[in-house]
Amino acid sequence: MLNRISTFLYRRPKLVLALLLLPPLLWFVVVYLGALLTMLINSFFYLDGFTGKVVPEFTLRTYAKLFETTNLQIFGRTTLMAALVTLACVAIAFPLSYYIARFASPRLKTWLYLAVTIPLWSSYVVRVYSWKLILAQEGIVSWFARLVRLDGVLGWYLGLPAVGGPSLSVSATGVFLVFVYIWLPYMIIPIQTALERVPKSLIEASGDLGANSAQTFRNVILPLAFPGVVAGSIFTFSLTLGDFIVPSLFGNSSFYIGKAVLAYQGTSGNIPLAAAFTMGPIVIMVVYLLIARKLGAFDAL
Amino acid sequence: MLSKKKSQPPGERASWGLKLGSLAALLFLHVPIWLIFLYSFTTDESAYTFPPPSLTLKWIPQAIANPAMQEALMLSLRVAALATVMALILGTLGAAAVYRYDFFGKEAISFFLILPLALPGIVTGIAIRSAINLMQIPFSFWTIVIGHATFSVVTVYNNVLARFRRTSGTMVEASMDLGANSFQTFWHIVLPNISTALLAGAILAFSLSFDEVIVTTFTAGQQQTLPIWIFGQMLKPRNRPITNVTAMLVVLITALPILLAQRLTARSSDTEGEKS
Repeated sequence: MLNRISTFLYRRPKLVLALLLLPPLLWFVVVYLGALLTMLINSFFYLDGFTGKVVPEFTLRTYAKLFETTNLQIFGRTTLMAALVTLACVAIAFPLSYYIARFASPRLKTWLYLAVTIPLWSSYVVRVYSWKLILAQEGIVSWFARLVRLDGVLGWYLGLPAVGGPSLSVSATGVFLVFVYIWLPYMIIPIQTALERVPKSLIEASGDLGANSAQTFRNVILPLAFPGVVAGSIFTFSLTLGDFIVPSLFGNSSFYIGKAVLAYQGTSGNIPLAAAFTMGPIVIMVVYLLIARKLGAFDAL
Repeated sequence: MLSKKKSQPPGERASWGLKLGSLAALLFLHVPIWLIFLYSFTTDESAYTFPPPSLTLKWIPQAIANPAMQEALMLSLRVAALATVMALILGTLGAAAVYRYDFFGKEAISFFLILPLALPGIVTGIAIRSAINLMQIPFSFWTIVIGHATFSVVTVYNNVLARFRRTSGTMVEASMDLGANSFQTFWHIVLPNISTALLAGAILAFSLSFDEVIVTTFTAGQQQTLPIWIFGQMLKPRNRPITNVTAMLVVLITALPILLAQRLTARSSDTEGEKS
C-alpha cells in the first residue's frame, strides 16, 4: 500500500511540491498576509467618537489624524530615538566586532561569539528588567556616581530638560540606554560577518602599497564593513521603532510609536487609528530597506 | 593606531584601545544579567538598593510556590510547546519544498517567512489583533499560539534548509535505488540526517515563543504569559523579590537550551568542514 502511494507520488513531483508547499503557504497567506490586510483595511475605517464603535466605512479621516501636531511629534521623537540608538550601537559594536573578526584566536572567537549570541537569545523582558535594577534611584548607577563623587554631575544631568527626569529610570536617557543595551547584539553580528569577509590579501596589499594602518582602516576596511553596519542598523532601527515595552517602563509621559499604538487599541479601542499609526513604521522601514539595498546591506546579512 | 607609521605585518596585535573597547562592550552586555542573579538573593523587599543590604535564599522557594507565577509559567510553556510543533511542521515542509523543487517565487519564500520577525513587533501584533477584532474571534490560548507559530516558522525553516543544502542527495538516491519507497527513505535517511537541525530549530522556536511579549500583548486578552506577567510586575511592582527570582529562573530556562542549540549547529558545521 505504502509502496503504491510512494510510486504514485514519485511520478507526480508537482503534486508532492503542492503537498509540501501548501500548508506553510496557506498559513502565511491566511494568517499573516490576511492579518496585514485586515490591518490595512481597518486603517481606512474610523472610530465614532460618540458610540465608541468602529465604523466600517471607507474614509481617510483616520490617516488625517496622523498629521496632527502631537502625532507628528511622536513620529519625529521615535525616529530620532531610533537614529540615536543606531549610532550608539555602531559605536559600541564596532570595536568588539573588529576584535572578534581580526584578532581573536579561533578558540577565543567561538567563546566571544557565544558571549554575543547568548544575550541575543536570552529573554528580552528579563534583560529589560535588569535595567530597572540598574537605573533605579537607589541602584548601582547612583551608587557608583556617589563612589566616584560624581553624584553632583548626575543630579545636574537629570535636571536638564529633554534628557533628564526624576531619576534615570524615568527619563529619555533611560529609554535610550536600555534600547542600546537590548539591540546591541543585532549590530555586532552583521558587522563581524562583514569584517570576516574582508580578504587578508587586500589588507596586506594596502600595506605593501605604503598605507599605514590608519589609512588601511579608513580606505579598505571601513568601506567593506559598511554594508554590515547598514545591515545591523536595519535591526536596531526597526526594533526601536516598534517597541513599546521600553518607553512604557522607562520613559516619562511622552509617547513613542509603539506606546501610542498600544494605547489607541487598548484603552480607547481605536483600532483604526492604531492600524494607521502602524503604517508609519512600515513606510519608514520600507524607505530604509530601499536605501539599505542600494548600499549593499543584504549581502552582509 | 595613528602613531604606527610602518605597514602592518599580517599577524598584527590589537591595540590596547581596541581591547579595552571590546572588553567594555562585553561587560555592557553581561553585567546586567549578573545583577539579576545578585538581586535574587537580596534581603531588600521594597527597593532595588545597591549594594544589597544582606543576602538570603528565602525568596527562591517562595517564588517557585507563587501561584500567579506558576500559572503564567504553565501558560507560556504550553503556548511555546504548541507553537514549536506547528513551526516544526510548517518550517520543515517549506524547507523541503524550497530545497527539492524549482518553482515560481521560490526566492520570495525566505523573505516572506522572515517578515514577521523583521518587521517591528507591533506590526505583527496589531495586524493579528485587527484580524481577531474584525472576525470577532474571542481571545484564547489559540490566538496566542497562532501569533507565536507565525514568527517561529522561520527558525526551523532556516536550520532545516541549511542542513538539506549540506547533506548530499546521493544518499537519498542510493536509498531509492536499493528499493526503499519514499516513506522509508524519509524515515531512515532524511530524518536522521536533519534531526539535529530540527532540534536546534525547535529550541530556537521554543525560546522565541517563550520570551515573546510584544505580539503576545495584542493577542492574549486578559491571559498572562510569563513575560507579560514580568512586564506587569515592572509596571506596578507588587512583589519585587518574587519577580527578581522569576527573572533569574527565566534566564536559566532560556540560556541553557540556547547553549545546546549552538552546540548542535556548531558540531554539524564542524563535521561539514571535515567532509569538504
